[in-house]
Amino acid sequence: MSELLERAERLLEAAARGEEIEVYVASGVETEVRVYEGSVENLTSASSSGVGIRVLLEGPNGARVGTAWAGSLDDDAIDDALSEARDNARFATPEELVAFARPDGVAATELDLLDRSVLSTPVEEKIAMAIELERRVRSSDARIRQVDSADYSDYVAEAAIASTTGVRAAYARSGAYLSVEAIANDGHDDQTGWGLSAGRAPGDLDVDEAARDAVGRSTGMLGAVKPPSMRCPAVFDPRAAATLLAIVGGALSGDAVVRGRSFFADRVGETVAAPLFTLLDDPTDPRHFAASSHDGEGLACRQNVLIRDGRLEGFVYDTYSARRAGTASTGSALRGGVAGSPWAGCRALQLLPGDLDQAAILREVGFGVYVESMMGVHSGVNPVSGDFSVGVTGHLIRDGQFAEPVREITVASTLQRMLLDLVFVGNDVRWLPGTAAGQTLAMAEVAVSGA
Amino acid sequence: MVAPLVEGDVLQRTIDLALARGGDFAEVFVEDRAISSAALDQRRVEELSSGRDRGAGIRVVVGETTGFAHTSDLSETGLLAAARAAAAIAHEGGGGVKEVSLETLRSHPSPAKIDPGRVDKAKKIELLLRADDVARAEGASITQVQVSLGDSTRRFVVANSEGVFAADDQVRTRFNVSCVATGDTGMQTGYRPVAATRGFELLTPDVIDEAARAAAQQAITKLAARAAPSGDLPVVLASGSGGILFHEACGHGLEADAILKRASVYAGQVGRQVASTLVTLVDDGTVTGEWGYLAVDDEGHPSARNVLIEDGVLTDYMWDYLRARKERSAVSANGRRQSYQYLPMVRMTNTYLLEGDADADEIVAQTPYGVYVAQLGGGQVNTATGDFVFGMSSAFLIENGRITAPLRDCNLIGNGPEILKRVDAVAKDFSMTPGTCGKDGQQVPVGCGQATMRLTSITVGGAAA
Repeated sequence: MSELLERAERLLEAAARGEEIEVYVASGVETEVRVYEGSVENLTSASSSGVGIRVLLEGPNGARVGTAWAGSLDDDAIDDALSEARDNARFATPEELVAFARPDGVAATELDLLDRSVLSTPVEEKIAMAIELERRVRSSDARIRQVDSADYSDYVAEAAIASTTGVRAAYARSGAYLSVEAIANDGHDDQTGWGLSAGRAPGDLDVDEAARDAVGRSTGMLGAVKPPSMRCPAVFDPRAAATLLAIVGGALSGDAVVRGRSFFADRVGETVAAPLFTLLDDPTDPRHFAASSHDGEGLACRQNVLIRDGRLEGFVYDTYSARRAGTASTGSALRGGVAGSPWAGCRALQLLPGDLDQAAILREVGFGVYVESMMGVHSGVNPVSGDFSVGVTGHLIRDGQFAEPVREITVASTLQRMLLDLVFVGNDVRWLPGTAAGQTLAMAEVAVSGA
Repeated sequence: MVAPLVEGDVLQRTIDLALARGGDFAEVFVEDRAISSAALDQRRVEELSSGRDRGAGIRVVVGETTGFAHTSDLSETGLLAAARAAAAIAHEGGGGVKEVSLETLRSHPSPAKIDPGRVDKAKKIELLLRADDVARAEGASITQVQVSLGDSTRRFVVANSEGVFAADDQVRTRFNVSCVATGDTGMQTGYRPVAATRGFELLTPDVIDEAARAAAQQAITKLAARAAPSGDLPVVLASGSGGILFHEACGHGLEADAILKRASVYAGQVGRQVASTLVTLVDDGTVTGEWGYLAVDDEGHPSARNVLIEDGVLTDYMWDYLRARKERSAVSANGRRQSYQYLPMVRMTNTYLLEGDADADEIVAQTPYGVYVAQLGGGQVNTATGDFVFGMSSAFLIENGRITAPLRDCNLIGNGPEILKRVDAVAKDFSMTPGTCGKDGQQVPVGCGQATMRLTSITVGGAAA
């Protein structure tokens, strides 16, 4: 049994009569390197740990929950957190539906998400990789005038959850990333491009992939124009598509649904997307960077089909939102670290791939706007109403091919319409860090605002 | 008087050890933060949460390299171990051994009158319920109300090898109301934040009622909203949240880290006309009580009022300590960090446009057709190209000089240097709004402010045909 789980389990002994306790313990180590002009600008090496405690008090009118957390595993800090959580619970509104997760018999998928070479790789090698990334970006194209940041980062994270309601879970994962931001200049204007390579360990990383992305995207934007406003088809780059899917995933959260904050509420069984759209949340797929054996309440993660052939099948739930909706948890509790309570959400979205690659989709679309990167997703997308408007850089598509680069435009529609307007889903799945994998997506019509 | 987080002689020994193998600069930042929050959803008190985070971040600079380590162990042993780690990380040679001498601690008690940590939890819940009542009373179409209240007490002490030795107590309180209205056209949202670097005295019944009413009215009004227009239009930004425009259009681009890496369109522009003569822009950490207020920045330098643009001419950038030292520029006290677990960087505090002398109503009356943005909801910028967006969460058409139909949410997009030149009217109804600024994964509280103002044109990114 993991040390963290033992630690979490020991705390359960403090439970009083009529009281349930859930303990979440997390610890991690991380390295971050930023290089500039061939040498290290910042190097951070750190470990951290913390505990999140929830206390549930049973009462005649229902249960009440209080939470508290601490950014350390010191005994004093943990004791304080436990008594604060108890005190906080006294002020919650009693409710029949409030409960902690109980083991539901679903076995956790065995996933190998921890690569210990993150810990054994000398920091010099990690630095060398970042320096090589910067060098390669600078030297690969004469128009690259600056590398704003070239970073290597990695982490190993472990967590354990134990509760008096019988949950026992422990899991660990690692990750390593290279990222780089390039600035290209052609004598007239500056354009930027961002590149990434991600894996579970340094050995998975591809310096070339990250460099190529940053150089290609920044130089490709040189000479960008602001086209006139128009309505036209839009093709989303896999990275942009992943962002879009993550937003859609937010509206598929059982929490948003039971709280009356999802435009998908009451629409199960209805057609909400084009027939070529099948969306699943599957944290058990190890190809997904966000894969996980357990959810934030310690239940087994599982595959959930959310939209099949355009028809809404259901939502993802944690224990509480499931009880409010009259169903069972789908093993979809998320947690944002030790602070705060779990909530229901998608973790590892993927779309069933279509038949065509990107070039074929561009040919089919003929004319339109290619969305390469988006800005202002948090300020211009309203996940409750579905209103969608984002700043975009990308290209125009003419005669089925990339034409001139475009900037300072917005692309607008509503999320509801965009799903129904989908005309192609690419076969070019790209596994990316974050909630969703991405692939080329095309939709029949959006509003482009420009000059 | 509360006990110091760590005694001065311990900090001195930590810095000494950090530089024992040589180096140019060392700093210890010790922080103790207590956070509490309460959330109400559909009249149910869902979650009271309390948290505590303590630790120290130590950085050692050798040449151009910064080594950073942090620890949650505040014993002398823990601090020394972190100092050793930071030094080892930074080292590849470096200068001679430095003598450090910490003199008197400059401490800054919080101006908060009522410590939110000592307020009865039941009292907090009363306020949540009050906001819910007020919001629902605005109309039957309000179907969902979420209210949250949060406060944090952040104490830190920072000491460095240049002799800086300062402490600050920062007490912040926030209150958010978020409503959903449901009608034939679907659901719409309304949101109103209240936040200040003040204690619980911030949350008077009037303030709560006003926020709840405003959030509810915003959602109800938007039920009748039509799709926003698409294309270039004159835009009037209402007093307060319109300051986000300057935060994005030039604020980030005036941060010295972007300048020194030539990753900003404003590099090399000091002394040049970069904006309309109506634009005088200030970043000011000294505005007591505002969300971005600081007594000292997170590097221990007393906060300051820095004029960035005066009558349209760029006067200076914002600096953190290391970059100011490198460029031999005056420290502007813009070095901030999310917590002890992060390195400080150049960040804004309260960024605002000085007011003009126009009349706010007149500005609207003199706009034949355009968009009136009553509330902005955030934005984003690419400092290297200057392209930026900001989102409107409450907006209306202006027709024949009158505010008319409500509009659905959308982003506006523009290029900073071009847009700054298009400010053609600034009124005298100045106000500030709180926000959270994210940069390189670190979130810090900031204030934005301006009086009602107009842009001759900017691209409105709506979905209207």
